Amino acid sequence: MNQPELTMSTGEVLMEGSPYGIEKKKLGIWLFIVSDACTFATFLFGYGYMRVGSKNWGTPFEFPTILNGIVMTFILLSSSLTMLAAVRATQAVQKASANKWLGLTMLLGTVFAILHLREWFKMIGEGWRLFHNPTGGAAQFGATFFSVTGLHLAHVICGVLALLFITRGYNRGRYDSSHVETAGLYWHFVDLVWMFVFPMMYLMNAAR
Amino acid sequence: MHNMSAHAAAHHAPPHGFIRKYVFSVDHKVIGIQYTTLSLVAAFIGMALSWVMRIHLGWPTAAIPFLGRLSPNGAPGGLLTPEYYLSLMTMHGTIMAFFVLTAAPMAGFGNFMLPIQVGAADMAFPRLNMASFWVTFVGFVLACATFVIPDGPPLSGWTAYAPLSAVGSEAGPGQGWGQNLWGLSIAVFCVASLLGSLNFIVTTIDLRTKGMTLSRLPLSTWAWFINAWVSLLAFAVLLPTCLLLVLDRLGGTSFFIPGGLVMNDKMLPHSGGSPLLFQHLFWFFGHPEVYIIILPAFGIVAHVMPTFIRKPLVGGWKVITYAMAAIGALSFVVWGHHMFVSGMSPYMAMVFSVPTLIITIPSVIAVLVFAASLYGANIRFTTPMLFCLGFISLFISGGIGGFFLAQPAVDSYLHATSFVVGHFHFTMGLSAIFATFAGFYYWFPKLWGRMMNETLGKVHFWLTFVCVYLVFMTMHLMGFTGAVRRYSAFVDDFMVPLMPTNRFISVAALLLGAVQFIFLYNVIWSRFKGPKAPDNPWQATTLEWDTTSPPPFDNFGGRQMTVHHGPMEYDGDASVMQTSTEKSIAGT
Repeated sequence: MNQPELTMSTGEVLMEGSPYGIEKKKLGIWLFIVSDACTFATFLFGYGYMRVGSKNWGTPFEFPTILNGIVMTFILLSSSLTMLAAVRATQAVQKASANKWLGLTMLLGTVFAILHLREWFKMIGEGWRLFHNPTGGAAQFGATFFSVTGLHLAHVICGVLALLFITRGYNRGRYDSSHVETAGLYWHFVDLVWMFVFPMMYLMNAAR
Repeated sequence: MHNMSAHAAAHHAPPHGFIRKYVFSVDHKVIGIQYTTLSLVAAFIGMALSWVMRIHLGWPTAAIPFLGRLSPNGAPGGLLTPEYYLSLMTMHGTIMAFFVLTAAPMAGFGNFMLPIQVGAADMAFPRLNMASFWVTFVGFVLACATFVIPDGPPLSGWTAYAPLSAVGSEAGPGQGWGQNLWGLSIAVFCVASLLGSLNFIVTTIDLRTKGMTLSRLPLSTWAWFINAWVSLLAFAVLLPTCLLLVLDRLGGTSFFIPGGLVMNDKMLPHSGGSPLLFQHLFWFFGHPEVYIIILPAFGIVAHVMPTFIRKPLVGGWKVITYAMAAIGALSFVVWGHHMFVSGMSPYMAMVFSVPTLIITIPSVIAVLVFAASLYGANIRFTTPMLFCLGFISLFISGGIGGFFLAQPAVDSYLHATSFVVGHFHFTMGLSAIFATFAGFYYWFPKLWGRMMNETLGKVHFWLTFVCVYLVFMTMHLMGFTGAVRRYSAFVDDFMVPLMPTNRFISVAALLLGAVQFIFLYNVIWSRFKGPKAPDNPWQATTLEWDTTSPPPFDNFGGRQMTVHHGPMEYDGDASVMQTSTEKSIAGT
């Protein structure tokens, strides 16, 4: 569908349109994802460095926290599926269906954020701070936990807002399926990051 | 799905009104000039800071009344305190490394030239491009604001080593809000660089005109393209590093602050952080950064030289391009050589020493290609060509010092001496500046439609070239004697005998600075009074010379350019344009 027109004349390839058949929006978001992945990697590297270098790290997460995390993971992964359905629907020009799936994706994202913030406030209530560990272990636990999950949460919230913006534009005819697909790439990336954050920040810190 | 024609993609109507046209413009040419102007202003501020440092190093008891008024605490009665000397050094490094060397050759010339060189009407994301400039501008204002706040500029160096940079105002003057502003300024600069590199990559891949295959890209475009990849990955690491630093400073975390740290007789409440982590993260960005500075310089020299030697570079486009790509890739695995004496495991020093020596191979190949291309050439000694030759000379001289520093054993002695200062000023500082000057003299007619004065240009080159060697070669020699970096005065220790050498450097540095006003005068005079420039004053071959000077809003006046061959084709002394001579109307 997006094949660039290639003209062969006397052995040389003349390019019409984009040489790799990639849309500039899509290429742009992929590059953003590459650089954002480096940013997350830096935070996670910092976490690993702190954790390995600490003598009293501790594993404070009890079963309810882990269960909450599993539910959050399930919700976020489901939202990737609904996002996929939304992209399919916009490509098939089914506006009602697209709106349904986009709305469901935003809803799942919002539920994820609410569950996450509930977890955060519970921990803050227990005395966790960026610089304080109520269980007496390394203070870096709070620092790394809140900064890594906070960065991810900010991405989720930005994603929901971006989807809201895109949906509005789509309904007004300003945006088409390519815009929805671009937003979808970002959304899947945020989910993928969670698949690193969840094992590293939750499962590795589960009480045993 | 809409059609993604390369040319329809970037079309927008010419703007009206002063603000849309010259201030918040989405035109890549205006943005390129905005970046270049910002860098020029930043360069003169950075240079003025170095003058103050040199005056103080040469004549430690001399008072500078202006400074006493600017900072009553930092320079009471005009006499610099050691702390204020460090603040000036920090801001000299920060302004020069980020806002001059990173911004000018890449964001300045790249923005103006890259879309024209690939035959596009604008960058892929014009509004994002405008945002990058204005975000950079905010970063620059934040950096300059440190001079006027009561706290003063930070004193932790452009590398902002923790824990000094991480603990707050206990650490010294400027370490309160000065360092906070510094962190914000650099974080903001990172965002701007990321947006800019994204734009450069998409433009190069997606917006090339008919027939502009990768093998036909001008080498400057190649350099900006490769460099955009390096920036995209490196600044994405500096950004979170700045965020973690700011968290340590304002959020009470201890990422970079070790336990039991006592500062100004005060035990700090932090524990468990690692200053080494900061150095790892900083230099993971920092070493690619020096290549982010030098790769566009390679590209500019590789682009400018063939025009004036009237023949292709040795090895064609491939050798230089592969060398630049190899440098870009290897630059991510050498960062540890900045940390040989940081307390990192000595085994790691050996590990990092090897790629450090390996990365010299593509660098040497590139420079040897430049030098070898001169053989048998009919050289036209114009000002841009002279600056290219100066670049080759400086990069070789500085590069030889790199072999010394790449050895952990030798580096242990030389690390904190002025040998290192001389080395990085030759390589990433002045080589890049010389290439920027080459680009400036070369592209000035295209930027403003007027020629620069050649005589003044040549005087500027020769005086700059001689002074640069006097200053920085002498610093290398001083480094061998053990002259320590970052000392504000050499008055009361074993370095007293070096005082005359110090004064010699100071005089040469002040002269070097004064010479730059010849350049400034030439720029301002030529901008308004210079002779009108023809479309192609240098008989060059690339697309930017195939349009008017300066180019119209859509770059080619509605023409659809078709490229038939690479940029380095010369027929004897006559150039062969990359495009066909018949000019078709757009909308083919």
